Amino acid sequence: MIVADSKPLQEILAMVREYKKILIVGCKGCVTVCNVGGAKEVEVLRASLMIDGKKEGSPPDIDTMVIERQCDNEYVETLRDNIDAYDAVLSMACGVGPQFLSEAYPEQKFFPAVNTSFYGGAVAHGIWEERCAGCGTCIIHYFDGLCPVARCAKSLLHGPCGGSADGICEVSKETVCIWDTIVKKKIAQGRIEDLFVLQEPRDWRTARDGGPRRSIRETLAE
Amino acid sequence: MSDLKSGSNLEKVLKAGHFAFTGECGPPRGANVEHFTEKLSHLKGNVDAVNITDNQTAVARMSSLAASHIAIHEGLEPNFQMVCRDRNRLAMISDILGAHALGIRNMLCLSGDHQTFGNCPEAKNVHDIDSMQLIRMVTQMRDEGVFLDGDDIDLPPKLFVGAASNPFADPFEYRVYRLKNKINAGADFIQTQCIYNMEKFREFMKMVVDMGLHEKCYILAGVTPMKNAGMANYMKKFVPGMEIPDALIKRLKGVEKAAQPEEGIRFALEQVEEFKEMEGVAGVHMMAIEWEHKVPEIAERAGMLPRPSV
Repeated sequence: MIVADSKPLQEILAMVREYKKILIVGCKGCVTVCNVGGAKEVEVLRASLMIDGKKEGSPPDIDTMVIERQCDNEYVETLRDNIDAYDAVLSMACGVGPQFLSEAYPEQKFFPAVNTSFYGGAVAHGIWEERCAGCGTCIIHYFDGLCPVARCAKSLLHGPCGGSADGICEVSKETVCIWDTIVKKKIAQGRIEDLFVLQEPRDWRTARDGGPRRSIRETLAE
Repeated sequence: MSDLKSGSNLEKVLKAGHFAFTGECGPPRGANVEHFTEKLSHLKGNVDAVNITDNQTAVARMSSLAASHIAIHEGLEPNFQMVCRDRNRLAMISDILGAHALGIRNMLCLSGDHQTFGNCPEAKNVHDIDSMQLIRMVTQMRDEGVFLDGDDIDLPPKLFVGAASNPFADPFEYRVYRLKNKINAGADFIQTQCIYNMEKFREFMKMVVDMGLHEKCYILAGVTPMKNAGMANYMKKFVPGMEIPDALIKRLKGVEKAAQPEEGIRFALEQVEEFKEMEGVAGVHMMAIEWEHKVPEIAERAGMLPRPSV
């Protein structure tokens, strides 16, 4: 899933303090699962903005709603009847949400309430980690399903760099050296020869480097 | 290793069977050429080639390409370092061609220290290709005379291509295979990370020799003399991929502070003596970091002078 983190409140206040009637829109997708933009978080943000407004002497008028998915025009459409009643809209979805909203409602002003971080999952309660870089050409079959493109700080394709120590990446003590994990797994399975393959330079066109991407499923697009 | 690949002095020294002795010099943190040439002057005539580092420790400096050219001007043979952190393949290809045009004949292919360690920690890291693919690309440009897309190169760059090996990073049992992969990718020579744990290095070299890798590639053992116990402690604690035995720190601490630099040099000289005899080791890469003025003395005492003329 897409993992996001809350933006600092001061940053959000700097975006919307001048507006008196605000709509906060949550999303029931990924940001609900990673506890950053679902029903609960929408109410917490509303309360925080109200407290600030009261301190400032002019509390804003804030409504909230949570839609099924902000990355789906079918659900984005549910905002249409009331959208013009607000001075500004804060989206608590990932970076996709505010854009779908902004494209659907060209007259309205939209602001993001979260920082969209990565594709990953929860490794423990309250801790999420990156697993995929969305590069568009998956090659993890070479590496026992583990991805060095996303998980090696240097995206190395041929084993651990000289900074790998005790299974930990030189960049952060919190980060596993994924190459250490891959190598140990290959050795344990007696398949170290798999890592003697020289990988061709990657075609990054399928990643963001080729420009914004589009995916067409012809059977559905018809 | 029949015909000369680049005709560099380093290549000729190694091919003639001499025990090679290379040095290292970091470009200045500014455009101060004089400061750099002063440092280089201590290496002149005392090493077969000098590594010109490429934004080492991820700190922005004068480019390794420009500094390599200055080294040639000063009468030294550079070993032009290139990291994968700062250049995509376009920039690499153009710098490789430019390097050859400027008279550079040795090149060292590296991943590069991560940019978060340096003075531009906010920078975007590139890593378009990795060091293994860089070795393959530059040797393919040289040997097949083609770009990555197969188009012919109008006068292919002739470079003697090196790579690094760190026997002290983890997992230890994989390090020799990573070296083997670099050789298979096309590396002509290897310079190792600074060696302090001699026991582990002996074990590593035994694996190298057992696999016959020393016959396919020249391996230069990396040595950085310790200036004092403080430097040893710092490296142990803060430099990723370094292994400093407690016995060495104890040895340095065992002498008065003023005598510690001499003790550090003595340890380095003992290492060089052992490397001369160690099977599979073709030379020493002496990285006297910001201690270039000590290189003439170290080279002399290590019995490395005069350097062979080939």
